[in-house]
Amino acid sequence: MDETNKKEQTTTHKIGIYLWIWGLLFVLSFFSYMVDWYQFQGMLRWSLILIFMFLKAGLIMAFFMHLFWERYALVNVLLWPMTAIACFIFLMVAEFEYTLFSRLFYFFVGGVQ
Amino acid sequence: MSNPKIEGYQFKPGFRGMADDTASDQTMFKGVHWGKAMMWIFLLSDTFVFSCFLISYMKGRGSTPVEWPNASEVFGLHVFGVEVPLLLIAIMTFVLITSSGTMALAVKYGYEKNRKMCGWLILATAIGGLIFVGMQAFEWSKLISEGVRPWENPFGAAQFGSFFFMITGFHGTHVSIGVIFLFIYAYKTFAGHYDEGKRGWFTTMKGDYVEIEILGLYWHFVDLVWVFIFAFFYLW
Repeated sequence: MDETNKKEQTTTHKIGIYLWIWGLLFVLSFFSYMVDWYQFQGMLRWSLILIFMFLKAGLIMAFFMHLFWERYALVNVLLWPMTAIACFIFLMVAEFEYTLFSRLFYFFVGGVQ
Repeated sequence: MSNPKIEGYQFKPGFRGMADDTASDQTMFKGVHWGKAMMWIFLLSDTFVFSCFLISYMKGRGSTPVEWPNASEVFGLHVFGVEVPLLLIAIMTFVLITSSGTMALAVKYGYEKNRKMCGWLILATAIGGLIFVGMQAFEWSKLISEGVRPWENPFGAAQFGSFFFMITGFHGTHVSIGVIFLFIYAYKTFAGHYDEGKRGWFTTMKGDYVEIEILGLYWHFVDLVWVFIFAFFYLW
């Protein structure tokens, strides 16, 4: 018993904050479904999808996964590696554009005559 | 949530605190249970796995000159004579968010040592996950019966099937594993293992409600991945 008494009681948060985040996630999911329902196209569609996606991901990580309340030592170890993923995305965008160009040029145009 | 204070010592907040924690020649994640730190490291590596899948999907879809299948038609459902786009996927999304919310509340009630409430909420989370997997199985069998294969499909670019089965399959596996653990933890919570500090099956670690938070991290991560799959695979 002594051991358990010595441990600090982990602080919990009011239930309201979880219910708020929960509600917001529902609303954001509904909005992103509406993007498809109304068949928005082009830049409007892509930007709306990305905005709702990042808002949802941010809310889940910050409040459901408690990152908002964690110490920076943990938060930074988790978030900085994401920049590597961003770099990888940029590399692969360049790669797929080149592949697409090659396919169109050699399979459809017929290459250099 | 890490404790800002351990044995009377108050930690500094912000980046100054981060510098202190990292340079302290001691444990770096202060006030964070080792199991939780390990779960975060695992989730970080899992993030890279899912990122590689989604990036390869981006590359495959971007580099094909063939028309990509229209997701809102492929995943549409025929309900009461009306064609509703993406209906099943929308329901799956809402089910997963609901189960994520019940899990967040289970963690909170666990830390408040409210055994019954915590157990019921974990059970609700498990059932939500089970419904999700069930609907995914329905979706898979529907697409397979329509002739979607990893190497071909009747809707457009052949790569569609392989990316679909790989990405949703890997995510579904994560959900299934999560459901199994949720049921185990629901049992352990109801049995009072976390109140008595009973040791687990494969560990000498004493039972503690922090385990519910660790399980919760995994479950929220599964929901997090679905947010990205929903955006990139189904909506894009």
